[in-house]
Amino acid sequence: MSHAITPIAPAREILVEFKASSSIAERNRLAVRDVVDGARLWRLAWTLGWLDIRLRYRGSMLGPFWLTLSTAIMISALGYLYAVLFHQNVADYLPFLALSQVLWAFLAALVSESCIAFTEPESIIRSVRMPYFVFAVRTLIRNVLVLAHNIVVIVGVDVIFSIWPGVHALLAIPGMLLWGLDALALTLLLGGFCARFRDVMPIVNSVMQIAFFITPVIWKPSQLGARGVAKLPLNPFFDLLEIVRAPLLGQTPSMVVWGAALGYSLFLCVLGWVFFARARSRLAYWI
Amino acid sequence: MSRASIAVEGVSLQFPLYHGNSRSLKKMVVAAASGRLGKDQRHRVVVEALRDLTFSLTSGDRLGLVGSNGAGKTTLLRTLAGIYEPAIGRVRVQGSLNALLDPSLGMNPELTGRENIMLRGLYNGLTKPMLARLEADVAEFAELGDFLDLPVRIYSAGMVVRLGFALATAIKPQILLMDEWFLAGDAAFMEKARLRLEEMVRGADILVLSTHATHIVQSWCTRVLWMDQGRIRADGPPDVVLADYLGPSATPTLAAEPVT
Repeated sequence: MSHAITPIAPAREILVEFKASSSIAERNRLAVRDVVDGARLWRLAWTLGWLDIRLRYRGSMLGPFWLTLSTAIMISALGYLYAVLFHQNVADYLPFLALSQVLWAFLAALVSESCIAFTEPESIIRSVRMPYFVFAVRTLIRNVLVLAHNIVVIVGVDVIFSIWPGVHALLAIPGMLLWGLDALALTLLLGGFCARFRDVMPIVNSVMQIAFFITPVIWKPSQLGARGVAKLPLNPFFDLLEIVRAPLLGQTPSMVVWGAALGYSLFLCVLGWVFFARARSRLAYWI
Repeated sequence: MSRASIAVEGVSLQFPLYHGNSRSLKKMVVAAASGRLGKDQRHRVVVEALRDLTFSLTSGDRLGLVGSNGAGKTTLLRTLAGIYEPAIGRVRVQGSLNALLDPSLGMNPELTGRENIMLRGLYNGLTKPMLARLEADVAEFAELGDFLDLPVRIYSAGMVVRLGFALATAIKPQILLMDEWFLAGDAAFMEKARLRLEEMVRGADILVLSTHATHIVQSWCTRVLWMDQGRIRADGPPDVVLADYLGPSATPTLAAEPVT
């Protein structure tokens, strides 16, 4: 008969137990469980992230390739303008700008989108029990997909100016992995924090705007002079950007930069974890 | 599969109200700086949604929740579903669970019907072959035809209800939590929707149903919790509790329909 129910059984949540006033160990156990369950739902996170991109460009002719096109237009316009302003050689400066701008856009979008990672899917969170980690992975995947579209521009610029970073480029891979880890930690931290305190998001956005100018994104570190360069590793954005950018420019990031990047990342991960373990059970009340 | 059970022990749940100013960072910082943080927290406005609830359910139980609006029925369902974790007490749920709380249940109106079906399947951790079956089942039941590939936002209200209902009832759990909207528009639902829902209710090990429609509680439930301002006012077999709940005037009609 047509009304017969397909015997589809949900595959998860066989035993759930919540105790209030739980110990720190218990909170951590539940937070670990959230992350493990969330990671197990990676196909859902992937689909959500991918649909986010599709939705943004639904009905447009180029679709997500608008990302590629608009980045290409911006890079070529800014590349020529800044090369003149900074008295740089275009063939030297434009590939640098293309790489910096694309990588920075990825980082900045991750930071600002991590603020709405839990408030945006409010209706889902309030209607089904879902590991929060799913939304952290979704935010990361969405931005990786955007980055993938923009990488085309970097490759294009490198081809035009016949630049080949060589085997050094492989050193960017550990940097990328660290970015992924940081992005997840940041979402767990800012996602919850911004849900509780609604004025954190504008603060984060203005911090990112300042960070864009004080970090060598559109200007080269060498323009700062020797004394300035020595101070740059204090800026966490510089360290994190450099561990991926330098290898792609055919350079090796210094041990100081890698050390600082690892140190800041460790701090972020610990902070993110402590906050998430503490706030997880309250998140549903905040959004 | 193991037997399903629900145990609720001394559960209280409070909603902090972070309205307007008290939510802001500025206020927290100012309060902390002037040493008033503790006081602020104690004086925080909270709504006590559930107060010291204790009950347990085992396989075969059919629990009806009755009570006036705002008595905490929906909050209790959300707590059992694991959406709100209680501030005080303990909730233990064993068995696969499906909560029909909200007709649109996380549906994204910008996505097509087919994409929404896929997402719902993925929420439930279904595998690829199961996803295909879910899609076929929902497509057949909701009778949306070509609309399945169009965004949900252009659907008529009836189509949205059909899709939401088909989706929500396609996955068969051991524990079924159901809010009243599934029954509210009873007349508007087609006969086959009612049959499908009844079949699902029969298939579940444990049913928790929140409703104002006492005749449905009478015919479906074996136990009734009468909730009042977040507390359990009465707990017992339907004829006893409902007689109390509806007052003396309703008693004769209730007695006329014996409960099995």
